[in-house]
Amino acid sequence: MKNNKNTDVRKKKTGMAPYMGRLYLIFAVFAFAVSIIGWKLSDLQVVNNERLQGEGDKRQVRYETVAAHRGIILDRNGRPLAVSTPMMAIWANPKEMLGKNLKPDEDVPVIDWHGLGRQLGIKPEDVRQKVHSYSSKGFIYLRRQMTPAKAAAVLDLDVPGVYSREESKRYYPAGEVTTHLVGFTNLDEKGQEGLELAYDEWLDGKEGERRIIKDRRNRLVKEAETISGAEPGKELMLSIDLRLQYLAYRELKQAVQQHGARSGSLVMVDVKTGEILALVNSPSFNPNNRKSIKPETLRNRAVTDIFEPGSVIKPFTIAAALESGRYTPGTVIETSPGVMRVGRNYVRDVRNYGRIDLTTVLTKSSNVGVSRIALDLGPGSLLEMFERIGLGATTGSGIPGEQTGGLPLMRERWSKIETATLAFGYGLSVTPLQLAQAYTVLAADGIYRPLTPLKRDVVPQGVRVMSSSVVDQVTEMTTRVVTQGTGRRAKIPSYSVAGKTGTVKKVGQQGYLDNRYVASFAGFAPVKDPRIVTVVILDDVGGKNYYGGVVAAPVFSKVTGGALRILGVKPDEVAQGSQRNIVAKNIVAKNNVTVPNGKG
Amino acid sequence: MSQHDFLRQAESGHNLGQQTPLLTRWHIDPWLISLLLLLTGCGLFVLYSASDRNLSMVIRQAVYLGISFVVMIGIAQLSPRFLSRCSPWLYAAGVLMLVAVLVVGDGAKGAQRWLAFGSFRFQPSEVLKLVMPVVISAWVSRQVLPPGVKAVVVTLILIAMPVALIAKQPDLGTSLLVGASGVFVLLLAGLRKRVIFSAALAAIPALWVLWNYLMKAYQKQRVLTFLNPESDPWGSGWNIIQSKIAIGSGGVYGKGWLLGTQSHLDFLPESHTDFILAVLAEEFGLAGVLVLLTIYAFIIGRGVFIAMNAQTVFGRLLAGSITLTFFVYLFVNIGMVSGILPVVGVPLPLVSRGGTSLVTLMAGFGMLMSVHTHRNLLARG
Repeated sequence: MKNNKNTDVRKKKTGMAPYMGRLYLIFAVFAFAVSIIGWKLSDLQVVNNERLQGEGDKRQVRYETVAAHRGIILDRNGRPLAVSTPMMAIWANPKEMLGKNLKPDEDVPVIDWHGLGRQLGIKPEDVRQKVHSYSSKGFIYLRRQMTPAKAAAVLDLDVPGVYSREESKRYYPAGEVTTHLVGFTNLDEKGQEGLELAYDEWLDGKEGERRIIKDRRNRLVKEAETISGAEPGKELMLSIDLRLQYLAYRELKQAVQQHGARSGSLVMVDVKTGEILALVNSPSFNPNNRKSIKPETLRNRAVTDIFEPGSVIKPFTIAAALESGRYTPGTVIETSPGVMRVGRNYVRDVRNYGRIDLTTVLTKSSNVGVSRIALDLGPGSLLEMFERIGLGATTGSGIPGEQTGGLPLMRERWSKIETATLAFGYGLSVTPLQLAQAYTVLAADGIYRPLTPLKRDVVPQGVRVMSSSVVDQVTEMTTRVVTQGTGRRAKIPSYSVAGKTGTVKKVGQQGYLDNRYVASFAGFAPVKDPRIVTVVILDDVGGKNYYGGVVAAPVFSKVTGGALRILGVKPDEVAQGSQRNIVAKNIVAKNNVTVPNGKG
Repeated sequence: MSQHDFLRQAESGHNLGQQTPLLTRWHIDPWLISLLLLLTGCGLFVLYSASDRNLSMVIRQAVYLGISFVVMIGIAQLSPRFLSRCSPWLYAAGVLMLVAVLVVGDGAKGAQRWLAFGSFRFQPSEVLKLVMPVVISAWVSRQVLPPGVKAVVVTLILIAMPVALIAKQPDLGTSLLVGASGVFVLLLAGLRKRVIFSAALAAIPALWVLWNYLMKAYQKQRVLTFLNPESDPWGSGWNIIQSKIAIGSGGVYGKGWLLGTQSHLDFLPESHTDFILAVLAEEFGLAGVLVLLTIYAFIIGRGVFIAMNAQTVFGRLLAGSITLTFFVYLFVNIGMVSGILPVVGVPLPLVSRGGTSLVTLMAGFGMLMSVHTHRNLLARG
């Protein structure tokens, strides 16, 4: 072929020299182009490699939180009170649904609003409007807390820009029975009320983080790695016994309805440990369905509502008297004529009891009697006693919203009526829980232990605040309140009971109201080795029966009796079935007070 | 055919009575076909990844490859002389088809580029990519070389007609490439330096006219985006930004086959067509790109060799023009993918998905083979 160089059919002259020149030109162009490409590629792939890799990661790598399960709340026997169940939230990327940020070759997605709305259970038009009104956002919730099956039905529609995310829903198996104590969480599983709030950090799991790869349409492509694992929340075991809680709630609710009370609270405490065994309020609400909650049902009244305790405080007035050494249970006090003038005011008893000993002052709940004692002792020793048993300060239970109540400040000058009324429970305020605390001191042989809603592994030593002998004497006297005084309806078959009734006029805008009462009973059983303290408060009792001994004492009897049997506490009395029937007929026990002008 | 064989055997004497090698008998250049098989084979691997493991797409591409190799070998059988003689008819047919496209063509996305015969559709502009070098080479080779002013003007008019028709579709990228393949013939034919310089001077007002009167808004947008892709990262800058990220994140050795995130996560647009090089760059790194470019360099080198050794002016011009045009395709594609040039929609030759361009390119290589293997016969003609 070399021989045939420059041979052409048409024999045209073809200068080889310019041809070679062209060739060199072409080679030069090639070399130039190749060097540009080489420069550009090495610039991108070597010099800017890391920066561009980072740019890519920015678009593909996402850090996503891994949901951590919230800790379960249990009763003292391991029954669940609050559990988390897996749920799904459906969310949307409005920008994607409405076709913002499309690549040039993409079409605006067609959205099946009708199907989407139907599966979500929302009106299609509402869904469409919501997405449109957030059209510049990249994330909105369409519906939260859907069951996994229903969420799957939504996702099956394959609507562009609609996604799901795991979440969980808090479920409260005992519902309204435990809700005031246990509380509840919000949609994000953060504690809002009750112990869910108080122990939020403990219960709350630590969300984990994982690195995931997402494609341009935000679809999960793969889970790359876990940066930090999710730590589930710790479980919380309460001191509550769900069986006792149910019992207490049932009885309290019934009493509230029966007596037309506005509300009621019951606190039951384990004397040996200071653990709260039951804490209920009525009315309550179902935390699992919060659509129709009335605000007034939300309050955990046992710790948030303060009231003047009235006669239930008298055992501690008597204790202060005994402690002073100037009184014994047999000390006789003149209460005639059943009314006593104190300054410009009068203290009244229900009737004239005449000359009665200290025990009878308590069993008959004589206001005149305790007033004389108080005037004799002075306000200081009373206040000091009240402080020792925990009034005027929080119980340290840690239950959110707990009030401290209030004791009057100690001061130089006291009017006589103030001193006298303090003796029978006016002029100070307490919560039901504080009252339970006070009676627990009495039941625990004068040892003060802070109350707790949590199960105790170690029982605190406690502090002695009353001498054993004074406690024994007061216990003996309060036992008589139940056997022969105002609290006979608090009796429990086979168990001895000690306690005190209270009936307090409610305070209204214009002072004390004549026909609205707070009825209460506080006591413990069995007397010889006390195990349970129960405080029952019925607020705003109307109607004919309003005395603590009539309204609150039966609740105490049923709940405490039931609790003792459930807990298998050994009976300390032979059942006297016949006596029980007689008791109900005639109620003698009455305590009343009139505080005119001064307070009214 | 038998006569050809006879003549050839007679000429080379020593292998008289022996069976001629198959490749020679079929006018196949062993170098070129090996390089093409190597390149397209690699291309299928990249396509498999770029299409996100779409095996059916790869198979379809392989079928097109088969067809295009058959077309290449078929074209190689046509002698350059035959091609040269056909060229007026080819030119007439090509221009007619382009006119037909404008009148009865099928459109997609605002451009009319297709002719449909029943279910069969094809792009006449693709055919022009082949016809143009043949026609211009044939025309120029009949002139006194180097061509005079008159011949140059006539040639330019010949080039301009189909170019204008394609630009009107509108398909600026293809029209420029078709035009270039014609102009390359002129350049190779030995234009005088002053003609080149005056053309360069004339280009400046021409560009002004192009920008202000001929270019459509979207075409201007492409150029503007090219100059500053970050100005519109969600819109027209998207492609360039994503492509640069893909190439850059590949580094020197790449992320590995099927492991490129930019393309597999759908960030890289047109990943199996125009931007397939970015996929390769991301998964095989600079090393992979250099290997690919080496194969291309050998192919182009073989093309230059064939052009240099062509026995006729027509063959030399044709081979040179085809090789140069192939190089331009390659450069424009790599340039636009790596951000050197604006995005003009030129696929990576022989690797990007798409049957038409594959067949066209392979037909071009068939012509190269024809030029190279019909030499002896022509010598006798």
